[in-house]
Amino acid sequence: MFYREAGQYKTTYAADMAIFPIRQDRYGMAVILVVAFILIPAFGNQFFLNTMMIPFLTLSLGAIGLNLLTGYTGLLSLGSGAFMGVGAYACYKLETIFPQVNILVWIIVSGVFSALVGVVFGLPSLRIKGFYLAVATLAAQFFLQWCFARVPWLVNFNDSGAIEVPTETLFGLAVTGPTATPVTRYLVVLTIVAAMTWIASNIVRGRIGRMWMAVRDMDIAAELIGIRLFRAKLLAFAVSSFMIGVAGALMVFLWLGAAEPEAFDIDLSFQLLFIIIIGGLGSIVGAFFGAAIIHLMPIALRALPALVGLSIDAATIDQLTFMITGLLIILFLIVEPHGLARLWQTTKQKLRVWPFPY
Amino acid sequence: MKTNMLQKAAIGALALSLALPAGAAYAEDSIYVPLFTYRTGPFAGSGTPIANGMHDYLTMLNERDGGIGGVKLAVDECETGYDTKKGLECYDAVKPKNPVIVNPWSTGITLSLIPKASVDKIPILSMAYGLSASAKGDVFPWVFNPPATYWDGLSEILKYSGGGSIDALKGKTIGYLYFDAAFGREALPFFQSLAKDVGFNLKLYPVAPADMQNQSSKWLDIRRDNPDLLVMYGWGAMNPTAIKEAVKAEFPMDKFVSIWWPNDPDAAAAGDGAKGFKELNWHGAGANYPALADIQKLVVDAGKSQTPKDQVGQVLYNRGVYNSMLIAEAIAEAQKITGKTVVTGEDVRRGLENLNIDDARLKAIGLAGFVSPVKTSCADHNSHSATFVQQWDGAKWVKVSDAIAPDSAKVMPLLDEAAKAYAEKNAGWPARTEPCDNK
Repeated sequence: MFYREAGQYKTTYAADMAIFPIRQDRYGMAVILVVAFILIPAFGNQFFLNTMMIPFLTLSLGAIGLNLLTGYTGLLSLGSGAFMGVGAYACYKLETIFPQVNILVWIIVSGVFSALVGVVFGLPSLRIKGFYLAVATLAAQFFLQWCFARVPWLVNFNDSGAIEVPTETLFGLAVTGPTATPVTRYLVVLTIVAAMTWIASNIVRGRIGRMWMAVRDMDIAAELIGIRLFRAKLLAFAVSSFMIGVAGALMVFLWLGAAEPEAFDIDLSFQLLFIIIIGGLGSIVGAFFGAAIIHLMPIALRALPALVGLSIDAATIDQLTFMITGLLIILFLIVEPHGLARLWQTTKQKLRVWPFPY
Repeated sequence: MKTNMLQKAAIGALALSLALPAGAAYAEDSIYVPLFTYRTGPFAGSGTPIANGMHDYLTMLNERDGGIGGVKLAVDECETGYDTKKGLECYDAVKPKNPVIVNPWSTGITLSLIPKASVDKIPILSMAYGLSASAKGDVFPWVFNPPATYWDGLSEILKYSGGGSIDALKGKTIGYLYFDAAFGREALPFFQSLAKDVGFNLKLYPVAPADMQNQSSKWLDIRRDNPDLLVMYGWGAMNPTAIKEAVKAEFPMDKFVSIWWPNDPDAAAAGDGAKGFKELNWHGAGANYPALADIQKLVVDAGKSQTPKDQVGQVLYNRGVYNSMLIAEAIAEAQKITGKTVVTGEDVRRGLENLNIDDARLKAIGLAGFVSPVKTSCADHNSHSATFVQQWDGAKWVKVSDAIAPDSAKVMPLLDEAAKAYAEKNAGWPARTEPCDNK
């Protein structure tokens, strides 16, 4: 009844090709942006911003990057954790070598380094597919993590082998380091993630995205209609690794504040992979849904017993959270094997004809 | 396209945020002491007895004395799973409740929290772990790591093995079996510089966190190199695995010395072969102390703890008790200095800086003979206490050496250098402005 486009006429091609052709979607998006940019910073407390929103956005960005590669181009990668690490270590090195340049510049530029490394490890994708490619990217994961632990130059010869984030400012406001307020850090992360999401959603709608999807659906057919696989696949690796790298830099500089090589281990790769599987392969919004399930749901579950006044041991809550999260993930996948994004699409379809389905 | 669901998610998240711990109900007349613990994950084997010890001692103070200085302690556990991300989550969760101290119990979490401490005014007690350089109080006014650093510990192991002097190890081959993360690598620069200065041959056997229970290849190397001394810095499942592998490889136990982290079951799991295994320690083993008897009576027997009865007195349990004893003493000292009963993080920082736990004080708190005295100052946040070597006799630990003091001549210059390097690398590291109470 409320959610339908009847009566909304489009008189130009531009209007027809808009990201949100339906008016209700545009309003909805505006509401989300208002909530994200104004209401959350104004009312969110420190725990909410630091522990829930900043990691949620960072993981979402990483998942969007991985989704471009795995969901849109059909190339399975298990090296995304390490590519996040490349972004983080590149940002750290650039930051310490050229401290006079603004940190935001380096966060974006560090994505370029991650993209370069991604392209190198993407080369085998021209010859191998599927599980075999997953194994090749697994090699990238282990090799890069080995580098983080074993090349002291990467950590500026710190005794602890960890990278530490110095305080950096933007317009006189601290954005990294201990003095940066959660609101500042949240807004910086949000701006970067929103911009990247916008870019990604436009890429997948356009020529490049269609090229990727053609490669995903059948690469021989794609080749026959004139798509150069070499370029399409490497481009997918480059763009995907770029976003993942920026997410890695955000993770260390605006979320954790210091990182050991273990922060970028295989668990992180799996986490990103699970996010896109649960959220929906080949969907940008799915990355956000998936990140919410993987990151926010356990936190909510942990907070639940205290809210209802139950006193359970911290460790027991943790074990329960593991089990419930696992159960819910299985449940979601049984209900909708194509992920939450598809569930959302079905809901919207039903909403259009509500309350008189035909 | 993607609106309403996101919208709902955002609103839901917002609603959740308002419901989340916005100043939970902790009464004004209590002191909030969060304990970061890990009873889950791959390090639960080491983490659980420590968590029990920390929890039980503070609970015992509440039961026996009604808290400290008449103020009850609000003891609250937060599960980190030894994971840095979850540790930070815990930190953000406890911060609104005005904690007077945090115990990260993980080198990774400690490194992330060190820069925050001075900003949030919450002192960090990283008891004999974390950043060795944080012993320098003039650079790290908010971080405390008594009673000894990993570098002190290494110098003590080497001194003991060299019969009182590290220089006696010249020309020997020394193996270093370590947990290949921030914790194990912490001792590495000192070890390497000693190898160069003293002239022994250092062989490295790093054990990756993922391979803690899969050390066979390292032990093949160890058998091949046949070191004259094997030093271990292990944690969690790495310790029992290493001891078992040593037994399997028939490595002579008298040449195998560990830093202070292996627990009783770690050695017991390897059976009779583990007899002769040695580790450093600085506090008593067993439960024959009045304070531990009180814990047994008022906490464990009363069912106020998760501790199995027979685990009171294990090495890592007592380590947890020791950690909580430092917390309690710091709070008591803070009360003495400020005259307040309900102290804040800033007060407890001063308390930690003025610790003077001598034999008389130990006797008063029911821990006479439990540890050697600890004394901190504004410049020295560590006290660099002496430790001793204890040996596993198949059923219990037996003290086999006198107190061994660290080789300060070798440790101190490196410590100064490391603290300076940390401040330099973290541009804008704040200079100490906190006044000193014990000039």
